[in-house]
Amino acid sequence: MASPAPVIASNEGVADAVKAALGDSLVHAHEAVNEISVTVRREALAEAMIALRDSDGLEYQQLMEISGVDYPDRPERFEVCYHLLSLTRNHRIRIKVTTDEEMSVPSITHIWPVDGWLEREVFDMYGVLFEGNPDLRRILTDYGFRGHPQRKDFPLTGYVEMRYSEEHKRVVYEPVELAQDFRSFDFMSPWEGAEYILPGDEKAGEQEGAPTPVTAEEQGDGEKEPVGDDAEPTPKTTDSPEQTGAGPKADEKAAEQSDEPDIPGGDKDG
Amino acid sequence: MADYLEEIQGETDAADPTVGDTEIANYTINFGPQHPAAHGVLRLVMELDGEIVERVDPHVGLLHRGTEKLIEHKTYLQALPYFDRLDYASPLCQEHSFVLAIEKLLDLEVPLRAQYLRVLFAELTRISNHLLNLGSHVMDVGAMTPNLWLFELREDCLNFFERVSGARMHSAWFRPGGVHQDAPLKLLADIADWLDTRLPELFEDAISLVVDNRIFKQRNVDIAVVSKDDAIRWGFSGPMIRGSGLPWDLRKSQPYDVYDRMDFEVPVGTKGDCYDRFMVRVEEVRQSSRIIKQCIAELPEGPIASLDRKVVPPKRAEMKQSMEALIHHFKLYTEGFHVPAGEVYVATESPKGEFGVHLVSDGTNKPYRCKIRPTAFSHLQAMDFMCKGHMLADATAILGAIDVVFGECDR
Repeated sequence: MASPAPVIASNEGVADAVKAALGDSLVHAHEAVNEISVTVRREALAEAMIALRDSDGLEYQQLMEISGVDYPDRPERFEVCYHLLSLTRNHRIRIKVTTDEEMSVPSITHIWPVDGWLEREVFDMYGVLFEGNPDLRRILTDYGFRGHPQRKDFPLTGYVEMRYSEEHKRVVYEPVELAQDFRSFDFMSPWEGAEYILPGDEKAGEQEGAPTPVTAEEQGDGEKEPVGDDAEPTPKTTDSPEQTGAGPKADEKAAEQSDEPDIPGGDKDG
Repeated sequence: MADYLEEIQGETDAADPTVGDTEIANYTINFGPQHPAAHGVLRLVMELDGEIVERVDPHVGLLHRGTEKLIEHKTYLQALPYFDRLDYASPLCQEHSFVLAIEKLLDLEVPLRAQYLRVLFAELTRISNHLLNLGSHVMDVGAMTPNLWLFELREDCLNFFERVSGARMHSAWFRPGGVHQDAPLKLLADIADWLDTRLPELFEDAISLVVDNRIFKQRNVDIAVVSKDDAIRWGFSGPMIRGSGLPWDLRKSQPYDVYDRMDFEVPVGTKGDCYDRFMVRVEEVRQSSRIIKQCIAELPEGPIASLDRKVVPPKRAEMKQSMEALIHHFKLYTEGFHVPAGEVYVATESPKGEFGVHLVSDGTNKPYRCKIRPTAFSHLQAMDFMCKGHMLADATAILGAIDVVFGECDR
């Protein structure tokens, strides 16, 4: 590995040890960028965590972080990632479970008390429910906040804005009003898979272009398809001015001006 | 009103005691969010029995700015300055995690000089962070002078940051692939000078005022004792876990950049109380100073950022000559670089503990998800069990020893 990222103990043999310890609660394990990610069945999360903490050769004593990730296209859209750290073996591992808005994930507060707030944060940000967490309140958002801001379908600007109203002498909430549209540029290269139609390409897929001219060989063989006057009239790609894409003139007045023959300074360059 | 009139006339029922023998119930108070010892916007709902704290419910999130959501809408380079604004007392250490995460995904090699410079300034950040924390901790428990002296030193640190990056606090100086600009020779000489003369003099003076001070010890020794097991179960890191006696330092155990070449000690506490955490930080200042001296002595010549032009923009002078450089510059500052799909969790030893970044990339020029692991979150959660049974005034000492900054906790 070329990058100067933190160096942990070798991953060698860890994946096998995890597979042995977790048994059938393991769904999938893979190693990428020098990190091991293990997906476990949601219902078996608590047992899996205890196994990871207590088995010899795994010994992940500390739960450092839980992060949610939202993949709206998947059937179970949320991924909850638990980052475990072994102080004795100097190793890190990532345990994942998947869930959606309805199904709850078993809480592991009884294994690691630190889990309480971490689960509250995932609940607050994504709306993932944790069954067994004794105190599943919102944590980072405002008192009385609605929605789950880290979901991909939650707009960056949110829905409400808050200000102090001189009139009411208190803080009021109002629907968010943007003075300028939120600008989101897409940096897709038009040559490499932009999914929208480029300006000017609107008609590209609608009708076929002009047919390929018949070859001399084909023309000589009169028996084949009728060519010339007998053939169906080939539709021209631009039959009328509307089809050129030019559109009407911008403005009547603009049209008048452009008809005038002498443009000031026009003939200086000759 | 009738009740009250009866009451003052002494006509109330004897079974329902009033003035004189009132039953004292536990009462609940709000500590913060506007309180000088709350270190920002912390609201603690405390249940008190007399002056003894029974239960603490910290309410965080008053400084939540949606950093993680904002980062998802920015390119990798544009997202970098958000990290300065998380823990504004140690900005460069937050950037460190983020740039290392990007470099890990890109598998990008970083020149040695850049790695040395990053370690040098990360340690300078650690010193400036600890100076702030030690100062405010002693002020929270009643001493005024050390804070003023330590602020003098912190001011020097900020001047160094300004000289290297142009900004006193929000430097945005670490970049994916290296650092933004080279550090001038005179600056390095001045830092070395400062480490030899001003820092030890002022710092040792200020600390000597409190370490053996009776009042300071009364306020800190045996306050909020955290055992090793508790420290592990509650996800402690940094000076908090070392204060409890576990020699766990990511710079030693999981070295990044050139920390594996540095010679330094990891201080640990013996009891796990507030005094131990304070003294761990004091010793870390001395050790950081050692690391900086080694960096300055060993600093190699060479480029200060990767020469991979698909990630690091070219120098301006180069752009005047080369069309290729101009194109790279334009592409990097409009579209930014694309990071291969994948996910990493990179944690570094920030002055406050393990600061981690869980970066999920989908192969585009923006992070798909950037989860930030703040240090204060797990420490603050432990406030409840740490405060239980202590006096109300101890809460400020405990909070000071946690070293919490809300920009980071609330994100």
